[in-house]
Amino acid sequence: MSVADIKVDEHLAHDDHGHEHHEQSFIQKYIFTEDHKTIGKQFLLLGIFWAIIGGGLSIIFRLQLGFPDMSLEWLRPILGGWITDAGKLDSEFYLALVTMHGTIMVFFVLTAGLSGTFSNFLIPLQIGARDMASGFMNMLSFWFFFLASAIMFVSLFLETGPAGGGWTIYPPLSALPQAIQGSGTGMTLWLVSMVFFIASQLLGGINYITTVINLRTEGMSFSRLPLTIWAFFITAVLGLLSFPVLFAAALLLVFDRSFGTSFYLSEIYINGEALPNVGGSPILFQHLFWFLGHPEVYIVILPALGITSEIISTNSRKPIFGYRAMIGSILAIAFLSFIVWAHHMFVTGMNPFLGSIFMFLTLIIAVPSAVKAFNYITTLWKGNIVFTPAMLFSIGLVSFFISGGLTGLFLGNSAVDITLHDTYFVVAHFHLVMGSAAFFGLLAGVYHWFPKMFGRMMDEKLGYIHFWFTFIGVYLVFFPLHYIGIAGFPRRYYSFTSFDAFSSFTDLNAFVSVAAILTFSAQFIFLFNFFYSMFKGRKAPLNPWKSNTLEWTTPRIVGHGNWPGAIPAVYRWPYDYSKPGAAEDFIPQHIPYSHTPESNLSHEADLAKGENVAPAPADENK
Amino acid sequence: MLNLIIILAVILVLAILIAVFRVTTLVGIVKGDSGKYVPSSNKVQAALLVLFLIAGLVGFFYYSLGGLDDDFTQPIASKHGVDTDNLFWITMAITCFVFVVTQIFLFGFAYKYQYKEGNQATFYSHNNTLEVIWTAIPAVVLAVLIISGWRTWSDITGPAPEGAEVIEVMGYQYSWAIRYGGADKQLGDYDYRKIDVVNQVGIDFSDKASFDDFIPTKLYIPKGRPVLLQIRARDVIHSVYQPHFRLQMNAVPGMPTRFWFEATKTTAEMRSETGNPDFEYELVCNKICGKGHFAMKYLIEVVEADEYDKWYASQDAWLKQNSDYLSQVPQELQEMARIASGIENNTELQTVDNAVVSNN
Repeated sequence: MSVADIKVDEHLAHDDHGHEHHEQSFIQKYIFTEDHKTIGKQFLLLGIFWAIIGGGLSIIFRLQLGFPDMSLEWLRPILGGWITDAGKLDSEFYLALVTMHGTIMVFFVLTAGLSGTFSNFLIPLQIGARDMASGFMNMLSFWFFFLASAIMFVSLFLETGPAGGGWTIYPPLSALPQAIQGSGTGMTLWLVSMVFFIASQLLGGINYITTVINLRTEGMSFSRLPLTIWAFFITAVLGLLSFPVLFAAALLLVFDRSFGTSFYLSEIYINGEALPNVGGSPILFQHLFWFLGHPEVYIVILPALGITSEIISTNSRKPIFGYRAMIGSILAIAFLSFIVWAHHMFVTGMNPFLGSIFMFLTLIIAVPSAVKAFNYITTLWKGNIVFTPAMLFSIGLVSFFISGGLTGLFLGNSAVDITLHDTYFVVAHFHLVMGSAAFFGLLAGVYHWFPKMFGRMMDEKLGYIHFWFTFIGVYLVFFPLHYIGIAGFPRRYYSFTSFDAFSSFTDLNAFVSVAAILTFSAQFIFLFNFFYSMFKGRKAPLNPWKSNTLEWTTPRIVGHGNWPGAIPAVYRWPYDYSKPGAAEDFIPQHIPYSHTPESNLSHEADLAKGENVAPAPADENK
Repeated sequence: MLNLIIILAVILVLAILIAVFRVTTLVGIVKGDSGKYVPSSNKVQAALLVLFLIAGLVGFFYYSLGGLDDDFTQPIASKHGVDTDNLFWITMAITCFVFVVTQIFLFGFAYKYQYKEGNQATFYSHNNTLEVIWTAIPAVVLAVLIISGWRTWSDITGPAPEGAEVIEVMGYQYSWAIRYGGADKQLGDYDYRKIDVVNQVGIDFSDKASFDDFIPTKLYIPKGRPVLLQIRARDVIHSVYQPHFRLQMNAVPGMPTRFWFEATKTTAEMRSETGNPDFEYELVCNKICGKGHFAMKYLIEVVEADEYDKWYASQDAWLKQNSDYLSQVPQELQEMARIASGIENNTELQTVDNAVVSNN
């Protein structure tokens, strides 16, 4: 691939040139940067920070669930008064832990950490743009996220504790500090933080959409976009349409909490006092929340699926099976995701007829999801598969997506959901299909694009060790929870000792906790690998995975503006792997058909005639 | 001292791991691994994937078919529970089949089509027939699930049969209050502003139907008779959940909800079925409601219908037990309230009244 070689030479010349004229200060380059690549890395680093916090919180409450008799006195230096005199975790703080774990993981890690990182990093590189449509808005997007993070982080250290009403913050619990301490200042900070977070998402989303629509390079039609970009694009649309609804819901909650309105409050008697609020509806909040909340789970999983599509195709050395069907299913999922929200509310007392409608719509969404899974499997069929760590994580993602997706058929069925609602079955379901799958997408993406991000390779062996510990660990943590859920164990329970019906499974709960601790510990292998490789890793070749997409035509260290010379034009779709007749098993997108007469299909041969490009360089086949 | 030793041990282990990592990296460089496009352990990874598949499936079937110490299904004790459990197991059969087959294909293909020197992948970008087939099959299977689910759901959530026992369940932090309609089988009105320390559910005594309402300390349910739970909450959202009855409905402040069902096994029958002489039906709160959420329990006793009727008739009206609340009854209904609640209107009343008041 001599084209890449030529580009490197150009880059070197340009680079020297660039350094003479516009040296950026440290602050411009690394802190208030407008470069999409650096912003992407900022999102990644902050996402990793939150993943450690969010994961750490889950370990604390897993200790409580797995070993209810254990003395947690040794946590007193960190948790202080939240450890009771008996050396136990405070039961109200337990709820705060669960709440913050959910909030952090869903919003800060899997939304900001995943979309923020890869949409920012990959959209301009893969569509052939110099940067995002608005670098300034992009910078604001990160710093709003940073502000939201700072506020949420501070709330962890409040004397009354962070928000504790569950990550779904259903009022009245979240509206009344009398009901739970966390609904005091903790909840206020939660709401303020989320307002900034939503602003960040909207600024980012508008940018992603605008960039994909307007800044594609010559020849990059929508039908030649890599599936990653399709996924990021649709995800941004989902976010743009649904996050404002969460904003509205949060705003009304703020009014109820602080200004005496009654949007969600009615006929409440608490702490010996009858509140004046009448006429509000707690169910209204749930409708508004889940109108965001359900698209949100697709905001989390679609980018991961996009990343997986790219990685599985590249490493199977095969075109993704059913490219158009994959786009179609992304669109179908995105559309349906807006009209299934009330399946979270089958037993809230809403009209049962509404329940029937939402059951119908919910189960329909399984069809495009199934199509995606089948297409991934067929992409592997008759491939020539290279198991890079990224590939393993992608296969793991597909496995989780199937395992967790199937249990959705139980929960989406309103009659079956009567028993399973709010039990550990739900916990198992969404941790597999949304949590772990999206997390694996994030990790796969990091392993795959690390060479492009930092110009160095991550260590493969550590990657394998990390994968196997995590993959097996995740299954050992979440699979047993199905059994516990079928037995009816409610989620968000501090302990099961009060109920005779839930006296079983103490061994299994201990087992799950041990598995969780091991899985969490294994992530430090990744962290070591990540930071070590950033500085000491082997220098990356220009196209280490022999991939077709445009980002691999950039220099090893991608400079400002991404391509030193002209932006390459695009002549073909991104999945020309193992094309019959081609010299190599991949033909990057920027190679014109007229340079590859040996492998062109008949309609492509026609296209080749219309291409107005210079003939292939003489050293094309060296 | 012990902590110091632990910290030192951790540091030592980490140092050893990092040293091992350095050595293997250097050995790899010497062997020339680092420049290779295909990882040197590609075959190992492929084999591990298949091993994982086999171990996973064996574990899955072993534990699902009785390998666990604890039974993971709760015995069913309601009529509709049989239907929802049927649906559950039909869904389970379908999903297990799909689960096993797709995972076998996923890991199997990964193993079978692992990289081999000189091999080339097949350029196979789409196949419309195949895609139509695997869009249509899930659609048909789902249609079956939707229709059966919808019928069951409509039956369960439809109006309760005529003559169902109406019982009020009110959730509050952190317990439940149960109210029966009394002799007239009519629950009186309530008003949240009437709630106080004694009148926990806020009975409104301006309604005639409330005079004979009674509040027991256990939820009694007749076997084989439809029961309609009228559910509400007075502070935050709770959820009435009973795993054996396969029953769940949120209790929402300001928005009454309901759920009707028919219990099929008495507590005594469940005791013999489960072999647990201490078995009790428990009412569980299943919506996060605060500090004591995990202990928000109430006992349920299912008895034969005739036994239930006897128990029902023997209950004293709440107003009789708390006769100082007679003052809340409008003047013109006082007489009626005394009779309906069983406080007889005679001279002995005064002494009874005082006794009750002093108890409070």
